[in-house]
Parts: sequence; structure tokens; C-alpha cells
Amino acid sequence: MGLPVVHVASIVPISLTVGANRIVPAVAIPHPLGNPELPRDEERALRLNLVKKALRALQTEVAEQTVFAE
Amino acid sequence: MRLELGIIEIDDVQFGDETRVEGGTLFVNKEELIDLALQDDRLAAADVELARPGEGVRIIPVKDVIEPRVKVSGPGEIFPGMIGKVGTVGSGSTNVLRGAALVTVGRIVGFQEGLIDMSGPGAPYSPFSRTNNVALILHPTAGLAPHAHEEALRLAGLRAAAYLGEAGKDVAPDEVEVYELSPVTDAALPRVAYVHPLLAQGLLHDTYLYGVDAKKILPTLIHPNEVMDGAIVSGNCVSACDKHTTYHHVNNAVIHELYRRHGQDLNFIGVVITNLMVTLAGKERASDYASNLAKLIGAQGAIVTNEGFGNPDTDLMMLCQKMKGYGIETVLITDEFAGRDGGSQSLADATPEASAVISVGNANEVVALPPMKRTIGDLKPAEVIAGGFAGCMAADGGLNVEIQGIMGSTCQLGLGRLTARGY
Amino acid sequence: MAENKYRVVHYLNQFFAQIGGEDKANVPPLVREGAVGPGRALQKTLGEEGEIVATVVCGDGYFAEHIEAAAEKVVELASPYQPDVFVAGPAFNAGRYGVACGASCAAMSAKLAIPVVTGLYEENPALDLYRKQVYIIPTADSARGMREAIPRMAAFVHKLGLGQEIGLPQEEGYFPRGFRINQFADRTGAERAVDMLLLKLKGEPFQTEYPMPTFERVPPSAAIKDLRPATIALVTTGGIVPLGNPDRIEAASASKFAAYSIAGVDDLTPDAYQTCHGGYDPVYANEDPDRVLPLDAARSLERDGTIGKLYDLYYVTVGNATSIANAQKFGQAIAEKLKAADVDGVILTST
Repeated sequence: MGLPVVHVASIVPISLTVGANRIVPAVAIPHPLGNPELPRDEERALRLNLVKKALRALQTEVAEQTVFAE
Repeated sequence: MRLELGIIEIDDVQFGDETRVEGGTLFVNKEELIDLALQDDRLAAADVELARPGEGVRIIPVKDVIEPRVKVSGPGEIFPGMIGKVGTVGSGSTNVLRGAALVTVGRIVGFQEGLIDMSGPGAPYSPFSRTNNVALILHPTAGLAPHAHEEALRLAGLRAAAYLGEAGKDVAPDEVEVYELSPVTDAALPRVAYVHPLLAQGLLHDTYLYGVDAKKILPTLIHPNEVMDGAIVSGNCVSACDKHTTYHHVNNAVIHELYRRHGQDLNFIGVVITNLMVTLAGKERASDYASNLAKLIGAQGAIVTNEGFGNPDTDLMMLCQKMKGYGIETVLITDEFAGRDGGSQSLADATPEASAVISVGNANEVVALPPMKRTIGDLKPAEVIAGGFAGCMAADGGLNVEIQGIMGSTCQLGLGRLTARGY
Repeated sequence: MAENKYRVVHYLNQFFAQIGGEDKANVPPLVREGAVGPGRALQKTLGEEGEIVATVVCGDGYFAEHIEAAAEKVVELASPYQPDVFVAGPAFNAGRYGVACGASCAAMSAKLAIPVVTGLYEENPALDLYRKQVYIIPTADSARGMREAIPRMAAFVHKLGLGQEIGLPQEEGYFPRGFRINQFADRTGAERAVDMLLLKLKGEPFQTEYPMPTFERVPPSAAIKDLRPATIALVTTGGIVPLGNPDRIEAASASKFAAYSIAGVDDLTPDAYQTCHGGYDPVYANEDPDRVLPLDAARSLERDGTIGKLYDLYYVTVGNATSIANAQKFGQAIAEKLKAADVDGVILTST
């Protein structure tokens, strides 16, 4: 049995094309889990939220490719 | 808009007391060129070396290649908004030192710079093995931040190319090419647009349109003459194989070909500039906007080029899909990253609408480059540039590299003849 | 036997070798001198320049149950005949026979480094399994197509026997194997693009230079029921490595991946980590590597009990021009290591 994996990446179409089954949209290519325009603590909160979303995706049964947008 | 390009054929380059063109030879005053470069105090030292087609010379690491040109008459200055004043270019007359090139060389800013071999098995892969190259080797001051380093090299290259171009100002051209989009009366000729995405992804991945960072623009329209007259400048080095050098920009092969056939087989209606952004929203916005512009100007067909690979493949597919949705037929020009054996999928994204694709080659192909008698620059970075790898350099200086590391080898503007076929 | 004839060994199943039908499907590999069954028609077309010196036979049932061992045995039986070319079948749409042909050819090619060819119907499942390693000629879906297939297969064997270069699939008549090979065209990319567009606009036929690829799909893995006892691992293609890139992961076309310990590390800082990925603006990742590999966030979720454990190692490669083939290799290898370490789930970040 395979390992559940969630792909955290910005360019969702590529993630879908290459076959990821659990996808969490990230912020931008050079900083997928960050935003340099935010103050440090807001940026950390953003990152924490994205990782929490990723964990939720790992806990969700999926039958086909699923993008966890919200 | 009517642009005359006065083509001055250069078939040799030499050092001389005075920078001038005589009898097809570009003479370069080395000291003046070095002094010009060092006016930017971000640069600590500079040197100039020459490389001619057929010589046993390897130039590495190369950041950009620029064609020396000069505005002879008409509005606008060379590289407007960058080193020249802002002002529309693309009309009047511009002299071109065809067969000459200014090559910026120096300690790499990132990993993306490339190499040019003037002879041997690597030569056919770069258009710059056939130009008489003035290599400007630039050393940054200690501790210079990467953004400043990149900018210093970029501006020094443009200034140097403009300086060399001045030598052609009063020289009678060997040939004059006239570029004018005359009105097409034959309504049966298909209306064809050129959709031109520019890389806009940050340090060493940027492009400038009239001096504006392409990250900051929305897709827009431009007259092909403006592109041919220096409105677009490269700040990019995504990988040497498929970066659009500033040379490639002014000599945009798609624009040339569409111009050649304008009024005969097609009606070249204009150029849509768009940008390749780093967010999904940015890509959706740009492809929507660019497709809408293509529709607005009445395109029936469009050639779409690309810069870089990986995430820009998504932009290419989005543009294709959205234009198809408007009934605009497209042909895409792309390179491939099919692995060293050519056996992997070549693109990171795909769409069934992309039924007409021109391939400019598999950039992962490995070539064995022999040691060269002379190296301009520094051979050591070969192992860290994109396309190189630890152990790719032999003790004698020979290189086993992917063509990814060769300047212009798979440029998706279609200047070269390299392609890949399915076996 | 004349000199200078190229030597061919042919492979057939028990049926075409006239040993028997399904009742003889368990026959283990054996060898016969010269051409047998359809091999004789093949030999006729080869004429004077090539000779089928032996025919190796195996029952379809036997082969299907011992694929690797049977293929090795085929090689063992064929080698003494010193073949220059190995041809199998054609197997048309027969699944087991197709696999036997493909596997025999692949083994012969790998062990003896000689050219190999077989013939299959386009829907034969063996086609996708072996097309990369073996030349496969398209055939009809049943033995009714034998008369039609033999001359084409013979022509191909002939080219291989004479050591001639094999051209494009559409010219030579074999299934495209899936290799993209560079060459210089007679016109520039821009010229070819405009030509193609004009044909497309006129509704005239044209040949795309690159048919759109299809990608493999894997079935989704089961979800993690309870995160609280779970061990989660971080993996990234964004190139975050210890400062200095000690294992020299390449900036593009990565040939390797690496694992680094994050035991006791709560936060990735620029004095200890950097990016080595050459495909994106590195400034932001170098300022704060957590922006690509979210260690600080994962660690805090471990501390507050949301997850049981953040795995002590993280895995990294560079996803810049990395070939699909390499990416698959890395993925499989990393997965095996993570499974062996009882990791329950993975957060994979990409730039």
C-alpha cells in the first residue's frame, strides 16, 4: 500500500497533469509556503495554515485527483 | 511605422587604437571599452577578449549576448528606457553590425549562465559560434548583492554594445532591409498575430519592456518594429539553452518570418506581449488578457513562443486553450526536456488543443565537448551551471554537458534549426 | 551455409512451432535447428543474405509463470548460435505470447547487445511494456494477418541484419518507442512554425513535431485516520540543502536526491541552509528556507500534538528539468525508505 502524499505547489495544472492525487495550492513559485510582503509573524501564520491544510488533505479519503482549495 | 535596418556585414574583429568599422572589420579600443564598463562602481575590474568563428575558444560563463546597433535617424534611442531615453523606437533608420556580438562574461550570479564554443561539436548548437564576439569580462566588487550584480552586468553589456554600435553610425550599409506593415488588401489572407510571452519570474528570470520590469505589466500590444529596434531587453538566464538573449530579441525569428510572408501568404496583424508569472492567478490573468487581445485585434491564427521550461509550459497550454476557445488556431514553439535518453515526457503540462507544435530540440541531450585551446572567462563554473553536473569536466578541460548549458541551443523563438523527432 | 550471411534466431510459442495447442502451453524452452513454422516464410523473404539458424520455442503458459527465468533460458539457448539478429513472433493480440516475445527480445538485447524485433497488434498489453526496449512492428489482431506481417517483419530483420540505420517510425513501419532524438532540420523553427500555421488555417493536414504526452496515474493512497500518533515526513523538490550543498545536487537535471537530519532543528535559517535549485529566484528561499521546506510550521504542529512526530530526516532534490524517469526513480526510492521507517504520510513541496 502506498504512502499518502500531499503536493503543496503553486502551479496546480502541472500538479494535476503529472498525476498528484492530493494537491494544496501554494503561494508562488519562489516562496510556495511564504509571502515576503507580509510581516514575519503573519507570514508564519500563513505557513502554519498551509501545513494544516496539507495535513487535512492527508486525512481525507480521495477517489481521484483532488485540489484542496479551501 | 517604417524601419530601415542598415546591415553592415562584419566578418572580423580586432583590437585597434580607435573603435571603428573598416572593410568589414570591427576594430575595438580595449581601454575605452574597459573604462566605459568601470564607470559603474559596482564593477571592480573588466577585461575584453575577442573570439572569432572557427577558433579553438570556449567562452564561459556567458550572461547575455547583444548585437551592436546604432540609431542613425528617426525617433528613439538604443535600448530605450534602459540606457537610452524612453521614447518609441521602430522607425527611422538603425545600423546593425551584423556578424558581431557583445558577450557579457563574468562570475556567475546564479546557476543559469552558459557557454559558447567557437568551434568543434558544440559550435552548431549556438548561433554565437558564428558571430565575431567581443567578450566583456566583468568582475563585481566584493560582497555585491545578487540583484545589483545582475543589473551591473546587464547595463554594462547594453552600454558596451551601444558603444560598439556607434562605430557603424556613418558607415554605408551593405544592404538595407525595410520593415513596414503595409495594409493588406487581399481579405483572403489569414490574419496572424504573434503572441510573445516574456519571462517575468525574479532574479535572473526577468525581462524589460521599454525599461519596465515585465513582472509589472499586463499583456499589451506592440508593433513588431519596436521589438526589432530594441524595446525588449533580457535580464534573464533561466538556462542558457532557452533564454532569449537580447540578441535573440532584436532578431526575433518569428517576427522576421511573419514579416517575410506578410502580404503574400498572410496578414501579420501585430504582436501581443504577455508575461510568464510565478503564481497561478498571474498565469490565468495573463493568458486571459493576452487571448482577449488576440481576439480583439481579429487574429484568426497565432504563433506562440515561450521562454524557459517547467512552469511556463502551463502558460503555453493556457494560451493555446483560451485562443482555441475563441476560434484562433495556434502553433506553439517549445523545447523539450525529455531526459538524457530522450525517453521521458518532454513537457510539464499538456492540453489536447496543442495539436500543432514545433519542437526546437531536447535540451537534456548530452554532448562531449573537447578541451579548447583558449577559455575566455572561467571554466570552473561548468560543473554548476544548469546542464552541467559534478564530474562533467575532465582533467584536460573537456566537458560532458547537456546542451542545456549552451547559449541559445534550444531558443524557442525559432532562430535555430535544431529539432527533436520521435523514434 | 554461405559465408557473410547474417545469422537470425527466431522465437515462437508452442502453437506456431507446431508442438501443440493450449495442451502444450507448459512446454519449457527448447531449441530447434533452422526455421520452423512461420519462420520458413520469414526465411524465404530474407533470401540469400540472412539465415534463420535456430528457433527457440517455449509454451505460453510456462513463460507467463516464469517470465524472468524463461527469458534467461531463451538467451542461454540462443547464444551458442551466435545470432546477429533476434526476431520473435509475431504474436498479434495474444497477451501471454506477446509478453514472451517482448521479454525474450529485451533479454536478448540486454545480454547479447544485438538488435531485436517482434510484431504485435496495437492493443496487445505487451506493447507498452516493451516498446522502449524492443522494435515492435504493427500487425493485425490475429494470425489471419500472418501473410501480411511476414514480409514487413522480414524487411525489418533484413535492415537489422545488414546493420543499417533505422529511421523514423512512420518511415520504417514500427511503433514509436518514445525517444526524442535531436537533429538539425532544413529550416528554422520559425519558418516551420509559420508553414504549419498556414496549413492548419487552410484545414490542410500537417504533422505536429511533438504529440502531447500522457502521464501515468497512480491510485490515491488511503488517508491517515488519526494524525495524533502519525509520523509525517517532509520532502521537497525545491532544492533546500545544508549551506554549501554538500552532496552537490545539481541546479538542473538533478541526478540524485539526498536526506538530511532535522532532529532537534526547529527552524531553517540562512546561516545553515540554502537553495541549490536553479529554476527560480533564490532570494526568498535563501532569506528563509522555511518558505520552501516548512520545517518551523511542521515542528510547531509536532510540539502541540497535532501530529505525533515529524520524521527526523527530510528528503530533497531539485525539480528543474529533472527527467520524469529520474523523478520516478527518486520517488520510488524515497518512498521505500520512508515506508521502512514507518512514516505515515508525506508533505511534498514544490517550487
